[in-house]
Formats: sequence, structure tokens, C-alpha cells
Amino acid sequence: MLNESFRFTPHLTLEFKIEEKDFFIAGESASRVKKTLQQLGMKQEIIKRTAIIIYEAAMNVAIHANHGILKVYIDPEVISIITEDVGPGIPDIELAMKEGYSTASNEIREMGFGAGMGLPNIKQCSDELEIQSRVGEGTTLKAKIHLHNKK
Amino acid sequence: MNLRDVAQLLKAEILSCEELLDREVITCFACDMISEMLLHVQSNALLITSLTNAHILHAAQVMDALAVVFVGGKKPDETIIKKSEQIGLPLMSTKKLIFECCGLLYAAGIRGDVDDIG
Repeated sequence: MLNESFRFTPHLTLEFKIEEKDFFIAGESASRVKKTLQQLGMKQEIIKRTAIIIYEAAMNVAIHANHGILKVYIDPEVISIITEDVGPGIPDIELAMKEGYSTASNEIREMGFGAGMGLPNIKQCSDELEIQSRVGEGTTLKAKIHLHNKK
Repeated sequence: MNLRDVAQLLKAEILSCEELLDREVITCFACDMISEMLLHVQSNALLITSLTNAHILHAAQVMDALAVVFVGGKKPDETIIKKSEQIGLPLMSTKKLIFECCGLLYAAGIRGDVDDIG
């Protein structure tokens, strides 16, 4: 069955470059994608989850990596949020997923980040999450939100 | 209770968006961790924090915050205040600390969760 949002959601790709320590691109890209999703008439709950994933994932790249890219694909079924970075990688993904575990500096903590909640937050907001990392090379994070099943 | 009442109750100085102070306040969230805000805050909440960096504006936008109260007499710099005018996010600053702000607002009927409002 087709509902309104299904019929009118186009295929869209949004891309943002993330430079090392460009802490503000995370919030900016989250706000911009949020606006786009609002214009598309997406549900508030979907918009919020997408914005949180973007904010946290892009912040992770800015904090930990040398540089990276954030891509958001929107199609009638799924919103995919992907970050690809060149950086130190994550030696132990399971540990990094633990709430409260963080390797962020004091500078980051003073800004209100680095509480070890970024990846757990992303996990909680996504329907699918895949993280691939090579130590010394970089990390790729793929999060998906399905538009037609309630989490 | 609207934002003007909140400013009066907390003896807060209005920093921006005077014209939006008629906004009704139902829920409130007090915290200094952005991740925690993003995860827990309900839309249209009044945000109480001592964070004054530019992240607070982005975070407030992402979570559709109603307004931001800075505690401990803290004020963000001029560029942030200007930006808040552009995006329509009222900012205010009070000398009171988080605990006292929360106590006063709770006593005035504001709750953390919209479901707790009877």
C-alpha cells in the first residue's frame, strides 16, 4: 500500500566533507539534513533519529579521524547515513560500543561531548548498523533507518 | 507558564528573541552533555545548561528546543547570540545554578517528561 510519503519521497543524496577537528560540521549537517527531511514531510520521529545519528557519527569523525566524508542517501524505503574516514580506526569495536567508554580528550569533553555515548546513541537510533574499521587506516559506519517499520 | 514567566522566575537576563517569549513551556531538560540531550530530550523542551559553545545551538535545533537558559551567569559570545536570533531560538542567562533552576521550575509545574503532566 502506498501512502503519501512513500509516493513523494524522491531519491536524494547529501554529502558533507569533514575535516579534522571541524567540530561544527556535525551539528550543521544534522540541521541541514533535518530541514530537508522536514521539507519532504517525513515523520518527526524519523527526522529526529536521523539527525541524532548524523550528529554523533560526524562528530566521531571530526574528533577521532584525520578527515572523512558523511553521506546521506534518502529513498522511499530507507535513509542511509554513512561516514567514511581516514584515521586511526577502532581497535575494539565491541568496547567502543559500550556506553561510557570514550577516548576523547578533555578539550572534547569541555564542549559537551566524549561521554562515551556516541556509538550507543547511534545504535539506539538506527534499525541497522554496521561498523568496519582497520587500525591505522580508517572506519566506515553505515546506519539505516527504515521508513516503513516502526522501531 | 511562558518563557517570560521563566525569565522572571529565574531572574534571567534575556539575550535574544524577545519577541518569542510568549512560547509556552511544558517540559524542561537540564544537562551539560550533548549526547545525553540528543538522546533524551523531547521536542519543545526548555533546555538548561552551562554549555555556551556553538554546539548548543546545533543541538537545540536538532532536538527542537523551545529556548535555552544558561546557568551560573554564563553567556555565549556575540556570534552565537546573533545566530540564535536568525534561527529563532530564545536565549537567556541566569546567575542561579542548575539545581535551583530545576527546583523552581518543577515547583512551578514544569516536568521532564510530557507524560508526567497531569
